[in-house]
Amino acid sequence: MVFEGAGGRHAALGSVSLEVAARDLVAIVGESGCGKTTLLRIMAGLQRPTSGDVRLAGVPVLRPEPQVCLVFQNYAATLLPWKDALGNVLFGLRAPRAARPGLREAAFALLARMGLGDAARRFPWELSGGMQQRVALARALIRRPRVLLLDEPFSAVDERTAEALRELLQTLYREEPCSIVLVTHDLEEVLSFSSRIVVLGGRPTRVDTVIDRPGGLSREALRSRLRVVGKST
Amino acid sequence: MRAPSPRALGFLLVAGVIALWEAASTARLLDPFYFPPAHAVAQSLVAAALDGRLAGAFLVSLGRGFAGFAIGGALAVALGTLAGRHPAVRQAIDPVVELLRPLPSPAIIPLAILFLGIDSSMKVFIIAWACFFPVLLSTIDGVRGVPPALLETARNFGLRYFESLGTVVLPAALPGIFTGLRIAVAVMLILSVVTEMVAGSNGIGFLLLEAERTFRIADMYAFIAALALVGYALNRLFLLVDRRVLAWHHAMHAVPAP
Repeated sequence: MVFEGAGGRHAALGSVSLEVAARDLVAIVGESGCGKTTLLRIMAGLQRPTSGDVRLAGVPVLRPEPQVCLVFQNYAATLLPWKDALGNVLFGLRAPRAARPGLREAAFALLARMGLGDAARRFPWELSGGMQQRVALARALIRRPRVLLLDEPFSAVDERTAEALRELLQTLYREEPCSIVLVTHDLEEVLSFSSRIVVLGGRPTRVDTVIDRPGGLSREALRSRLRVVGKST
Repeated sequence: MRAPSPRALGFLLVAGVIALWEAASTARLLDPFYFPPAHAVAQSLVAAALDGRLAGAFLVSLGRGFAGFAIGGALAVALGTLAGRHPAVRQAIDPVVELLRPLPSPAIIPLAILFLGIDSSMKVFIIAWACFFPVLLSTIDGVRGVPPALLETARNFGLRYFESLGTVVLPAALPGIFTGLRIAVAVMLILSVVTEMVAGSNGIGFLLLEAERTFRIADMYAFIAALALVGYALNRLFLLVDRRVLAWHHAMHAVPAP
């Protein structure tokens, strides 16, 4: 696909071609401003590419799909402040009244699994950054998406919280039947998680390098493979 | 002994003014014809409350008032939401709104009488007109202030246009909308009285003017006092609703971010 970055609000993308297999965890890395977030937005159906398309199991994604869910980088601002954590998770199902039986229980169970069982009735502004991030994740996961898109999920939390969230995401990756595409700056995330690392680079942005199964590489070896984006990792 | 609260001091001040009035009128420092003693006003108030005149008048006045408030408020929220979301709508309505908004609502009463006569429909129209503008402006501001991240979230979760208005835009804009609604409640009471004074045969505004015209001055003060009490009660009721509906908003701004 190609994206020309209309009005300069979003970075331009050159010819970017990317395939994500079922239950893959793909990490996208690249210099700041190279269009990683734009790529995720296009994959989520929030933006249309100038040319080319995004396909989910062969079907073009023309608008936001229930099977694809993006967790934004500024997750805290995306939580509805007038709903508690449970209400925010139920919002993921577009079921504000949660009339269907079992939905509340499912949402509560998901929050409990995220370690937020005690915080279900608390409002987002009463929660820490890491807890807000987990609510945002739960809100996406309750939709049982086939593709989960995460935009720099751990960039706005402290290192301890980031570590806990990494472990949580690893568990989700093992247990959830979805593909995960992760935009990141963090080498630790990339190392411990991905089944593939996609390095974006150049002007206009294109896929520069693809590293399969990076878990088998040492940190140094990975660093040398990623030297293209050394500044950003 | 604990010092009285500022609110209690405020009530004490009102009681003091009433006591001063009573003393000045009884001692004839004030002309009792224009300023009947406070106890005479209180007697009139109790008599009007007991014989049903007050209840009947307020039922009519507030009935029309709330009808106008509901119609004007609903139209303003609907148009304000569209104008807040779409700059083109905002720019299109701006000249008309800015021309009509500064017009004092009583100024259009003759026009309303010309087309609607002098019965309730005219009064409801004027009240709706007057309530419309403060709610419209506060709704536009409230909707414009909805964080873009919330709008993106609604899109991300595939909400359709009207779904996102109902579940994201309006709740997020509600604190702003309530500011306009609170002003509109006060405006509603003012215009209820004014329209009844200009062209009425019932309601509290009519009773008040009739008392003045027949020189029942104590009754006149009693009706003014009743209006003040009802206005106070309406405002307290509105604050109660505000605190309940916007509990999250008040708590959010009272609690420091974690």
